[in-house]
Amino acid sequence: MLGRSILRASNRAVARQSLGKSTRASSTAAGAEAASSPFYLTLTAALATAAAAGSTAWYYHLYGQEAFAMTPAEEGLHATQYPWVHERFNKTFDHAALRRGFQVYREVCASCHSLSRVPWRSMVGTMHTVDEMKAFAEEHEYDTEPNNEGEIEKRPGKLSDYIPAPYPNEEAARAANGGALPPDLSLITKGRHGGCNYIFSLLTGYPDEPPAGAAVAEGMNFNPYFPGTGIAMARVLFDGVVEYEDGTPATTSQMAKDVVEFLNWSAEPEMDERKKMGVKAVALLTGLFAVSVWVKRYKWAPLKTRKIVYSPPIGPRR
Amino acid sequence: MRILKSHPLLRLVNSYLIDAPTPANISYLWNFGSLLAICLIIQIVTGVTLAMHYTPSVAEAFNSVEHIMRDVNNGWLIRYLHANTASAFFFLVYLHIGRGLYYGSYKSPRTLTWIIGTVILIIMMATAFLGYVLPYGQMSLWGATVITNLMSAIPWIGQDIVEFIWGGFSVNNATLNRFFALHFLLPFVLAALVLMHLIAYHDVVGSSNPLGISANYDRLPFAPYFLFKDLVTIFLFFIVLSIFVFFMPNALGDSENYVVANPMQTPPAIVPEWYLLPFYAILRSIPNKLLGVIAMFAAILALMAMPLTDLSKLRGVQFRPLSKIAFFIFVANFLVLMQIGAKHVETPFIEVGQISTVLYFAHFFIIVPVVSIIENSLVELATKK
Repeated sequence: MLGRSILRASNRAVARQSLGKSTRASSTAAGAEAASSPFYLTLTAALATAAAAGSTAWYYHLYGQEAFAMTPAEEGLHATQYPWVHERFNKTFDHAALRRGFQVYREVCASCHSLSRVPWRSMVGTMHTVDEMKAFAEEHEYDTEPNNEGEIEKRPGKLSDYIPAPYPNEEAARAANGGALPPDLSLITKGRHGGCNYIFSLLTGYPDEPPAGAAVAEGMNFNPYFPGTGIAMARVLFDGVVEYEDGTPATTSQMAKDVVEFLNWSAEPEMDERKKMGVKAVALLTGLFAVSVWVKRYKWAPLKTRKIVYSPPIGPRR
Repeated sequence: MRILKSHPLLRLVNSYLIDAPTPANISYLWNFGSLLAICLIIQIVTGVTLAMHYTPSVAEAFNSVEHIMRDVNNGWLIRYLHANTASAFFFLVYLHIGRGLYYGSYKSPRTLTWIIGTVILIIMMATAFLGYVLPYGQMSLWGATVITNLMSAIPWIGQDIVEFIWGGFSVNNATLNRFFALHFLLPFVLAALVLMHLIAYHDVVGSSNPLGISANYDRLPFAPYFLFKDLVTIFLFFIVLSIFVFFMPNALGDSENYVVANPMQTPPAIVPEWYLLPFYAILRSIPNKLLGVIAMFAAILALMAMPLTDLSKLRGVQFRPLSKIAFFIFVANFLVLMQIGAKHVETPFIEVGQISTVLYFAHFFIIVPVVSIIENSLVELATKK
């Protein structure tokens, strides 16, 4: 293309010099040479196109497949995409599900996993009443401030307290779990690739038997979704392991779904409020945007419709 | 005389925002400047507010950010605004630079504006990097470790410089503290540079325009025409920003940064935020550490070469078809580099990254001068009588 336009331009210059008047003739001069052998030109073009397509395909065959630094087992299986209702732009959390999910956390997960960033008070009004939450808090004992003798005593929990961790420190947690540290769950759906889908897939993805050929280390369990496939946590959710107060059948997937939604709430408790504010913001801003477009149009209308006239200077004709 | 024209400070407001004679034919692509100013204002306002609740210590930084997210009134809004406006800032600055490259805004007499703009880009990147370290999640810590270690490539004194930057022998509490101090300081340096950027082009000829010729034949006062035109894109930008902030605030972030920084555990992939990926890709494309670091910085500084290497007699590429093709190849190549920066260092990404890196530099130092000479010659041939 580059070469051709140079050629055409220089041809044109030559043509202009030789003919002196017509500059249009030059482009047909360049075309005439090519037109003398259209078959060979077509053949060359076809072969070049075939070679380009072929070499691209060959390159793709050799190198085009996406390479992975880690094996699929090390990477972990990609979590299935589930149609989480609460992830839609215009949906809130299902607060009945949050309530059930908290029950699953309290009765199943809480024996190993902390939820250290969630205070009891934050669940008041979102899934429980004040009295219910106070009762949950009072089940746990907390250290008091030092009294006048400097002794630290125990007191029942209050709404302002945070959910206590199952272990006093990391070492105790590791010792109780064969060296593995159960992660804090407060931010788990934000802190893992795949978010809700990953946690749900992990909880429900334990096969009855590890597949043939899979190496499972001592004290580990096989889960294809966990990076490396060897996970210290065993399957914990079995049908009927909790009894829901609202009568929902506690199947494995139902519990997993509820607890994932609860964990998503504990990672972003502001979500309902955020989306509601977002609708307000978009409504307000689209209004302002509309006004700004109208005003701009109004201000610019005289300019857009102006007529520019060239008045040639009056003088003697040549 | 009106006070707006006689007051020493208001006079500047008048000559930049009210009476500024602006070419009538500039398109909406000339709106990025005001959007970037809005971004800087949002970042400073939200940033100062976040600083009121943030604790710059390795033990408490992550907790204080979560405190902002959960306990501070509308803290989540302030933080998500800050994080997403950072992305928007870079998105718009790349468009702003692209506009400048396309319409030849770097050519004399706006060379000084272009040079200051490049310095602004560098300071912006530094500020963004420093800010990303502050929440002290996994990617904060490891990103800081990787990027500060780049300095160790400097011969002889590299390791000493790195330890000087760290204030210790690894990224530690002192590092986080000084990063916080610098992250607070640099936006105000940016604001000063922005003012210089404005002075530098208002004091010569003002905005360029899509035709690349003098706009003296047809200018309009900034107010009300361009004030209201800028307002249109400002509200449009706010709508897009709101959709990110309120409905998908973490779409552009890495989930690894919601895990508390742990010096004992390296994440599987250490990836910068999307806006730094092209330069990260260039860094990784060079097998030699020192040369890689030099190439990365040179990739940004290469912008400064544009006034020298674009030899065209015309301003901008709108009437130069070959340069137009070269421009869009450059843009596509930049996007390819952005993809490569997020990939593992493996075949075929190494090779693609190296080709893209060569193409990136070739654009500035070979393609632009050669193509502009060719086009100059073609124009001469066509117009010579």
